[in-house]
Amino acid sequence: MSVTAPGRAQIAAKTLRTDKWWLQPLGTVAVLLSFIVYATWRAFEGAHYFTEPLISPFYSPCLATSCVEKSSLLGTPVGAWWTLSPALLILVFPLGFRMTCYYYRKAYYRSFWQSPPACAVGEPHKKYTGETRQPLLLQNSHRYFFYIGLVFNTLLTIDGFLAFRDHEGNWGHMSVGTLVLLTNATLLWLYSLSCHSCRHAMGGRLNHFSKHPLRYKMWTLVSRLNTHHPKFAWFSLIGVALADYYVRCVATGAISDFYFF
Amino acid sequence: MTYTAKFRVWRGDDTGGGLVDFAVEVNEGEVVLDIIHRLQATQAPDLAVRWNCKAGKCGSCSAEVNGLPRLMCMTRMNTFAEDEVVTVTPLRTFPVIRDLVTNVSFNYIKARQIPAFAPPAGVAPGDYRMQQVDVQRSQEFRKCIECFLCQNTCHVIRDHEENKEAFAGPRMFIRLAELDMHPLDSKDRKVEAQEDHGLGMCNITKCCTEVCPEHIKITDNAIIPMKERVVDVKYDPLRWLGSKIGKRPGL
Ligand code: SF4
Ligand code: SF4
Ligand code: FES
Ligand code: FES
Repeated sequence: MSVTAPGRAQIAAKTLRTDKWWLQPLGTVAVLLSFIVYATWRAFEGAHYFTEPLISPFYSPCLATSCVEKSSLLGTPVGAWWTLSPALLILVFPLGFRMTCYYYRKAYYRSFWQSPPACAVGEPHKKYTGETRQPLLLQNSHRYFFYIGLVFNTLLTIDGFLAFRDHEGNWGHMSVGTLVLLTNATLLWLYSLSCHSCRHAMGGRLNHFSKHPLRYKMWTLVSRLNTHHPKFAWFSLIGVALADYYVRCVATGAISDFYFF
Repeated sequence: MTYTAKFRVWRGDDTGGGLVDFAVEVNEGEVVLDIIHRLQATQAPDLAVRWNCKAGKCGSCSAEVNGLPRLMCMTRMNTFAEDEVVTVTPLRTFPVIRDLVTNVSFNYIKARQIPAFAPPAGVAPGDYRMQQVDVQRSQEFRKCIECFLCQNTCHVIRDHEENKEAFAGPRMFIRLAELDMHPLDSKDRKVEAQEDHGLGMCNITKCCTEVCPEHIKITDNAIIPMKERVVDVKYDPLRWLGSKIGKRPGL
């Protein structure tokens, strides 16, 4: 910490802020840690993730032979050798997407890494090189995770539509579970479409908007969503956990999925 | 409504100094800079402070008020409780000259290291033609008043003096973004931003955006778009391949 480097005004306090600057990083740690604990438990549980027609977003697509019958939308290309929970096959992608997200980076650099804990509050590290070295250069792969994320969003949206069926697979029904899965998918779409890499791909990389009116229009729309990206990041994170929990409750029989029709 | 406020003002120079307590009158509608001026007029005639416009437009009166980088002329006294101690210090990232005045040369040196706007060969000044939509994005960055509050807050140099060499800071990143997005700038600013001006050291924690008095979305609209542009030319194997086989030349 060198906010007291030679030549600068000598003030011993690492910050003179009088507001509750520690509240935000603390809140971030609390929510992220709770999510990590919950998601880890659920990912390893390997059970209670499917009950016709609902599938937990942590387990979709279910790719291993060990998947519960009827839960594999895309078949089971992974086969029988995979004996761990099938969630572990896919969770690395949404995890990678969120880990490399520009907003989550801000959130965890500040709260977990304390670099800085809050603005104008000294950080505890002696040296700082930012994102100039490995492993942090890998953050630059964010756009690839974004594209993979779109595939997941599509699959989870399909899961939502498949939930317009009843337990026997007859179409034309709708339950609380349908709403839960569709809300979850919507939040994930909002999160992905407001992504900075999406904004860049839509038109951010262009210098002549006037030559690309359609892309300019899309860039404008995504830019508007982009200002809400942090909000979507939190809502979709909590949404995914709640959707999983709802499916688990129905699958264990703790509650029954209420059908509107 | 007049009351007596408790002020703590840092006084000293590069050989040392400390916070000095004052009790000083505050009237309705006043800002921190007014109170500093009252101190000069009544109790501390040799108190050094830099200011010019008193309207948030010259960027001279940057300081830290209760630990937060602010323009003194835009910090209203009614945002503090009457019994609250108001602490005013100089910017803590730059060398102090005296009292509230710091030496901000760092920023001018960094600005000089960025090559100027370079129109394409054969286009003379006066022949520049461009569409409003193409320059609109950059115009946000032209609102900068060079108060250097963003530079002062950035932890990359605030907490690490040794990074000043390699890191140009958020104010320079908006300049680079402005040039790189400019429809008529012929230089490539991306590699330069990453390799010469330390864009990669920024960890997008957004403190520059939080303190900018012009509300420029420095991180979202300049730094992150520049990071994405750098990925295009340095870290994205598919785009690199695309540029090699002649697809998608200059956009
Ligand atoms: S976002 Fe980057 S440039 Fe801005 S204050 Fe944070 S580290 Fe510095
Ligand atoms: S970008 Fe904002 S904070 Fe930084 S120097 Fe310009 S006006 Fe000041
Ligand atoms: S920036 Fe957050 S998902 Fe891309
Ligand atoms: S005196 Fe000009 S910005 Fe404060």
